[in-house]
Amino acid sequence: MTDLAAAFSAALSLVASFDDTLIEIVGLSLHVSLVAVTVASLIGLPVGAAVALFRFPGRTVVTVFLNALMGLPPVVVGLIVYLLLSRSGPFGVFGLLFSPAAMIIAQVLLVTPIIAALARQVIEDLWSEYEEQLRSLGSGPMRALPTLLWDGRFSLVTAVLAGFGRASAEVGAVMIVGGNIDHVTRVMTTTIALEVSKGDLALALGLGLILIALSLGVNTAVFFVRQIAERRYG
Amino acid sequence: MIAHTRNEPRILPLALENVSFEARGMKLIKDLNCRFEADLRTVIIGPNGAGKSLLLRLCHGLISPSAGTVRWCGPGSREKGARFVAHRQAMVFQRPVMLRRSVAGNVEYALSLRDVKREETRAIVDRVLQRTGLRRLWDSPARVLSGGEQQRLALARAWALSPEILFLDEPTANLDPSATHSVEEIINAIRESGTRIILTTHDLGQARRMADDVMFLHRGRLLEHAPADTFFETPQNDLAQAFIRGELLWWKKGKDNRRQPHLNKRKE
Repeated sequence: MTDLAAAFSAALSLVASFDDTLIEIVGLSLHVSLVAVTVASLIGLPVGAAVALFRFPGRTVVTVFLNALMGLPPVVVGLIVYLLLSRSGPFGVFGLLFSPAAMIIAQVLLVTPIIAALARQVIEDLWSEYEEQLRSLGSGPMRALPTLLWDGRFSLVTAVLAGFGRASAEVGAVMIVGGNIDHVTRVMTTTIALEVSKGDLALALGLGLILIALSLGVNTAVFFVRQIAERRYG
Repeated sequence: MIAHTRNEPRILPLALENVSFEARGMKLIKDLNCRFEADLRTVIIGPNGAGKSLLLRLCHGLISPSAGTVRWCGPGSREKGARFVAHRQAMVFQRPVMLRRSVAGNVEYALSLRDVKREETRAIVDRVLQRTGLRRLWDSPARVLSGGEQQRLALARAWALSPEILFLDEPTANLDPSATHSVEEIINAIRESGTRIILTTHDLGQARRMADDVMFLHRGRLLEHAPADTFFETPQNDLAQAFIRGELLWWKKGKDNRRQPHLNKRKE
């Protein structure tokens, strides 16, 4: 019990003192996850909307597949990206393994299906409301795609947020493809895993607190922004 | 209203030939024949479930008939093809669908789909919002408007397209009398600017106020199509007579398991 209390106070003082190592790790975490979520949104939102809007053979299969991919295990994604990027793999020549770029790639693979699947649901609901009106005005699914992405923006933020939650919290994929190298690919989650096994609970706990605060802060901010926006725009 | 649509070839008249529409094994529109000439306000009346909305959607091309043809007979249809025909029509729905944009943004969006030049857009938006009394709400988000204002905006959006024909599906079903009045005034103004009106309603008062000719629809069949005076003075069909007298039309399962129309006489 005293151990825990001591670790806790050490963690708090670490956070309060803006420890250099800590800042570096948090910074890299945010960098990796934000870039990954941005890329995943650029791919996932239009893909999800397209699956919602277009009728094509195998559409149901794609939908089920997308939903299934939401639960993709991070370690498996990590393993696959590892195999692809390793020296003997097809993309080995780029030398990306054990770099932040590799971590971003892994997280994009992990997060894109989540954003796409959630976006598909949002856009499908919107389309059932808008379809007749938009078709009457002269818009087919192609023109409707950007329109609906824009009109569903408040709901789609939640999809992107779910993606960010997944990216910032996962440890398996970034551990495998990043390698948890000090000052290079060490992020919050991998550090926590390492420090716990080393017995340095203070740093692990401090990072854990930041991680929780971050996800809480981001979600709260988005929640209120969304509420205000919805009240304004209906 | 839109400069570029002046002197376009006409797409009317519209002819429906033996049109049927089925959904889930139910025949909802049955062998319907009719013809819409230019320059009249047609009001389609009938009880709920008569197929009024379906008929509008068939005419507008939102759904395709299971059998029969919907044919635009005007020179515009022959010369310029399906896209042109679609662009010369507009529809206002019972529940207006407003985009999450400003009032002006909603009209601009509709114009952008019809390839109207940007320089013209602002003037058109200004004019239709002026004439529908929405100009002071120019920048307001469309989705927070009242029901009446939203329906006026839906009319403004359709009007901006300056269609040759405008379909209205029970445009005042959810509105109070004063909002209904302003919607009807706008519909008349749209007609005066040269647009053919086809409107469905189950409100007899509205039918009397708005109709030049009347179509009476019941259980998916067109039972009567006559000029408004004739229809309201001397309706030929007995169900139409009953409907005009304000009697409730209902159905009872017959012995042979077929649904037969019955008249439920109001006690007097």
